[in-house]
Amino acid sequence: MNALTGNKTLVDTSSVTGWAVDADPRNDPTYPYRERDKDPGLTSNWQRPPVQQSNVEILQSIEHIRRPAVFGTANPPSGVSGMIRRVAFRYSESNWMHWLLLMGADRINVVEGVVEDLGRGKVPNIPGEMGVRAEWKHNKKGLATKVAVMAAIGVGAYALFSRRRTRQPAPSKSVTRLEL
Amino acid sequence: MLAMDYRGPYRVRVEEKKMPRIEHPRDAIVRVTRSCICGSDLHLYHGMVPDTRVGTTFGHEFCGIVEEVGDEVTNLKAGDHVLVPFNIACGQCHFCKQGLFGNCHESNPQATAVGGIFGYSHTAGGFQGGQAEYARVPYADFGATLIPDWMDPDDAVLLTDVVPTGYQAAEMGGIQKGDTVVIFGAGPVGLMAARSAWLFGAGRVIVFDHLEYRLEFARTFGPAEVYNFKEVDDVVVFMKKTTDGLGADVAIDAVGGDAAGNALQWLFGTKLKLEAGNAIALHWAINSVKKGGIVSIVGVYGPTGNIVPIGNVVNKGLTLRANQASVKRLLPRLIDHVKAGRINPKAMITHRIPLEDIADAYHMFSAKLDNCIKPVLIPNAA
Ligand SMILES: NC(=O)c1ccc[n+]([C@@H]2O[C@H](COP(=O)([O-])OP(=O)(O)OC[C@H]3O[C@@H](n4cnc5c(N)ncnc54)[C@H](O)[C@@H]3O)[C@@H](O)[C@H]2O)c1
Ligand SMILES: [Zn+2]
Ligand SMILES: [Zn+2]
Repeated sequence: MNALTGNKTLVDTSSVTGWAVDADPRNDPTYPYRERDKDPGLTSNWQRPPVQQSNVEILQSIEHIRRPAVFGTANPPSGVSGMIRRVAFRYSESNWMHWLLLMGADRINVVEGVVEDLGRGKVPNIPGEMGVRAEWKHNKKGLATKVAVMAAIGVGAYALFSRRRTRQPAPSKSVTRLEL
Repeated sequence: MLAMDYRGPYRVRVEEKKMPRIEHPRDAIVRVTRSCICGSDLHLYHGMVPDTRVGTTFGHEFCGIVEEVGDEVTNLKAGDHVLVPFNIACGQCHFCKQGLFGNCHESNPQATAVGGIFGYSHTAGGFQGGQAEYARVPYADFGATLIPDWMDPDDAVLLTDVVPTGYQAAEMGGIQKGDTVVIFGAGPVGLMAARSAWLFGAGRVIVFDHLEYRLEFARTFGPAEVYNFKEVDDVVVFMKKTTDGLGADVAIDAVGGDAAGNALQWLFGTKLKLEAGNAIALHWAINSVKKGGIVSIVGVYGPTGNIVPIGNVVNKGLTLRANQASVKRLLPRLIDHVKAGRINPKAMITHRIPLEDIADAYHMFSAKLDNCIKPVLIPNAA
């Protein structure tokens, strides 16, 4: 029984193309539960696809008992972010540490990307990459506000930074913190 | 070849990249003719998905022409026009046998919780995606599907993801004739969920969003009753009042972790990343469905955890159903629906953008500029 009361129907269903063509009382319990015994008694020993061969470093979830048959080979772990990713994969998908380390690695990877660009003699056009042209075309007001806010932050940061510089350096702590 | 290149949160560009090659006997190489940007890509673009490496090419909604096939692909040949489901599925593992093609166990070393997805970070297998001139398609003999002659490629490309996802959202709702269905999100997925709810026999379809132009579109495309959640005091009270105090029979979350609409969730999820995105839409879904009702979740969240009222799920006796859409499973039925004119996916396409302008395309779709609903990228080689 549904909670619908007749007079609340604002759309005349007979006017809706295809109304109820897929109605089926057996749709409950529905997919995916409905299909749960399609494969009775199956263990992990299914007929496997051929296994992809590759020399690229693939980080693997420790919840897998073996490497899946296919995988992507782009962008293997590299640099500092790669080192962090390798550590992350010591923890299961159920462990927060796994995801926190990966997020940290992602942020460091962005810096590595800029360094890589510069190394190739390419200065990344960051406003361009962020779609400034679309912003200019469709949201001039938003763009102006953003530029003003960025400028204010820039000035503020500069003021703060130049004041800090004149103080005595604080004793350094030996805690390494991931920038998240 | 030209391909989209991720450089960091909110930063993408096109790059000249190496041509993909056959790496497995069941691979194919596809020359991409159309490739969409999806709401799911926004989670990557916003830096919300762990293990999104710089240099990744996004894109999991594409169709094109087969260029080359691996030794074991006997059902496709060069020149075939195919649409490529976003899930990379072997078709024969424990999960694929149950029709769980979004949960294949043979396509993603980096995680067990999700199967391989094109261009969707290393957490989804580390595959390069289809926002490029060419793409490697693993298990092409199972996934890639011939586009019928009569079908418009604009419809075909939408069948790779948002159409099946919206349809499955309605299907998982276990909708019975006459049911009241409330859908959160009027993006392409929510729009297709609204359209599909009627096919399952819904009696009333209600859509919430805060973008007026999308609500306006949903009003006729569903058709649906549409409400701007910024203009109602309390979404849940509103839903109770409009259903004689009971709540909807079925609630669908077609928003996911990039939601708007709650300062606390925004702070914890979006900004501080203490939870896996802003879960306010799911919160509303749980609280506005009736006791014993069904909440169907297709909105995507990160892998850690979210703040949702799970106690109410217990006390109300709710059933939660969710998944990545199992595209291949639904294609035959959906192709029928397109043919019969019951669904018209291409009506959602608002922008066609050359692949070269990828940065502007992402920004426009992310910031919802120029009344954008669904942007399609057209590579030069197409
Ligand atoms: N499960 C799957 O297989 C699958 C497949 C495709 C997309 N998705 C997910 O579905 C979701 C929607 O995708 P899309 O392409 O339609 O994205 P989209 O960004 O175009 O649409 C999302 C819509 O939700 C609206 N919204 C934001 N906060 C809201 C709230 N609190 N209540 C109601 N509406 C709200 C936005 O204004 C927007 O119109 C995303 O999370 C995407 O990742 C899942
Ligand atoms: Zn998608
Ligand atoms: Zn499989």
